[in-house]
Amino acid sequence: MRTALFRSLAALLAAGGAALLPAAAVAAPTPSPGATPVTRAGTSFLTATPITAGQPVRVDASVGDHLYWSFTATAGQVHEITATVTFPKARGGASTWTIDVFDGLRRRQACTAGAQTPTVDGKASSVALGCTLREVRPWAEPWSADPLPGTYVVRLSVVDLPEPDLGAPVDVDLLVGVVADRGASADDGALAAPLVPNTKAGTVLNAVPTPAPEADDEGDRLADWLPDLGSRWIWTGVGGVLAAVAGVVGFALTRRPRRP
Amino acid sequence: MINFRRSAAVLLGLLATTALTGPVPAAADEEQVAEPPRIELVLDVSGSMRAADIDGRTRISVAQQAFNDVVDALPEETQLGIRVLGATYKGKDKKVGCQDTQQIVPVGPVDRSAAKAAVAGLRPTGFTPVGLALRSAAQDLGTGTTTRRIVLITDGEDTCAPPDPCQVARELAAQGTSLVVDTLGLAPDEKVRRQLLCIAGATGGTYTAAQSADELTGRIKQLVERAGDTHTRAPTVVGGTDDCASAPLLAPGVYADRESFSEHRYYRVPVRPGQELRASVSMALDRPVNRDYGVLLRATAADGRELVRGADAGSGRADVLSAGLRWSATADDEATTDDEAAEESPAPVVEPTTVCLVVSNSFAARPGTAATPGMPVELTIDVVAAAGAPDGPDLGRGWVLLVLLTVAGLLTGLIAGLLTRWWVATWREN
Repeated sequence: MRTALFRSLAALLAAGGAALLPAAAVAAPTPSPGATPVTRAGTSFLTATPITAGQPVRVDASVGDHLYWSFTATAGQVHEITATVTFPKARGGASTWTIDVFDGLRRRQACTAGAQTPTVDGKASSVALGCTLREVRPWAEPWSADPLPGTYVVRLSVVDLPEPDLGAPVDVDLLVGVVADRGASADDGALAAPLVPNTKAGTVLNAVPTPAPEADDEGDRLADWLPDLGSRWIWTGVGGVLAAVAGVVGFALTRRPRRP
Repeated sequence: MINFRRSAAVLLGLLATTALTGPVPAAADEEQVAEPPRIELVLDVSGSMRAADIDGRTRISVAQQAFNDVVDALPEETQLGIRVLGATYKGKDKKVGCQDTQQIVPVGPVDRSAAKAAVAGLRPTGFTPVGLALRSAAQDLGTGTTTRRIVLITDGEDTCAPPDPCQVARELAAQGTSLVVDTLGLAPDEKVRRQLLCIAGATGGTYTAAQSADELTGRIKQLVERAGDTHTRAPTVVGGTDDCASAPLLAPGVYADRESFSEHRYYRVPVRPGQELRASVSMALDRPVNRDYGVLLRATAADGRELVRGADAGSGRADVLSAGLRWSATADDEATTDDEAAEESPAPVVEPTTVCLVVSNSFAARPGTAATPGMPVELTIDVVAAAGAPDGPDLGRGWVLLVLLTVAGLLTGLIAGLLTRWWVATWREN
């Protein structure tokens, strides 16, 4: 009886421990099977070609082009961007390439890892670039510069090179991958709308517009009150139940073994 | 053991599913574009195109073949025109030769056989009036709300300046209709490269040096395809002012403006309490500037008090430099507005706060760089509902918490059980 209890306790701890172990080492992004390759690139923020994580990009371009792609990120995700620029022709000297990433407000994003601005000498036949972004937060104060859910824009360009090399053909391969997705809970807040840029042409107003009558609230439905399955209420409640059960088990363990 | 693992996996899966149902980005509304994409190819047919140095063929024959392939592969909706320069005048008079540019295929739905016939008849002849050809091409494409593209294919530098083609390109780009000039150099030398880079840079276009027939065809096809992808409605042109009171009042959307070196431009945006302002700005480096530069976007209240700023700086080669900011009225502001409104009238009308946006830059002109027209500014503005700070109670989450609570419960149970046993034993003895 007692051994059985200890066994089950050990099993519980083992199960918990397995779940507690940190996620497997961050792997390089790989193309999703069956994803359609993208063969286009935009040339400005407004014309950035939308891609999705895991969708490989292969574009013929010219040295000196500024190539833009955009992808969507949700809270809890960590994205890694890898790119390879291949030079089919000989070049005159060393060149420096860069990947810049911007959020939906065109704010520059930091790379936590990766060769963001590599320099290659004139004889190399290709250059590899990489950038791992910060984890996307579900909410941040308006004054902060934290990465938030929404559209992200990747720009690949050459920042330093001998001028005669401009215009030569290059092949660009790029892949955006999600290397971690921790998800997010409603407890951590959420934006009213993700940072997706408004790309419609604007209208110049003549006067301050009068506020539109506000739509009535739909009322508090039961679903609004019930917490999500992943919320802190559920986790803490489950923890309380487990503690109570463990207390009873602990109490039972101290009983005198029943005589046969 | 297996059962525990399985149930843990199920719970994990459930949690992951719920956690993933976060905010889904709203798909941008598809805006109906009234116009088909419009693009014009401008081909240099000057005497130098006779040179037979591309894969052993003459430059003009390579260009003709490329045009045929492009016309064959043209997407249905794209309206294509073809203009030539230096194609007819055989004389030596520069004044006459520099007026020599004609549109051989008008911009519109393409009659493929007619277009091919027109291209096949071209013979390398005269001067290279690039500036004039660009100006005429812009006229051919007309004005409208979408982006127009010109693809300039040339092998020699302009022989007719003034007007300087680069200056012409900059003027055309500043005229109000969104225009991009992509340039292709056929076996270009240094002077041609400089000139084409300048034209492309001034209009946000690209430059390619084509050394073979395949490269030329591939690139023109890519540019025509890109014209079809990216001709969506161009930003509204707006003129910022130099103080907040007279600044234009902007609704959410994208705007284009021009700002010269060290200039400040003001715009106003109405933001109601409970709303969040999102603004971003990009300034294009359309001319040579000093090595280091920066752009600053500030949001200020009507009295000049700064609310928030976005800034970025850079150095070296780049196409645009951008910055962005978010701002929403704080709870304090909201409360005061509500109180005041409530006192004044029985039906509270919430007046919007007018936020001023100030765009400034720290670009510096190189000697000889023209200051006018100003550098292109692209301003995007959005006003959405504000999101309040998360304010749940101090509860916990995660597997560590569950294990901790369980272990604490177990220890408490053990201690309670041992205490009870000890107490019962003591009680029995007595």
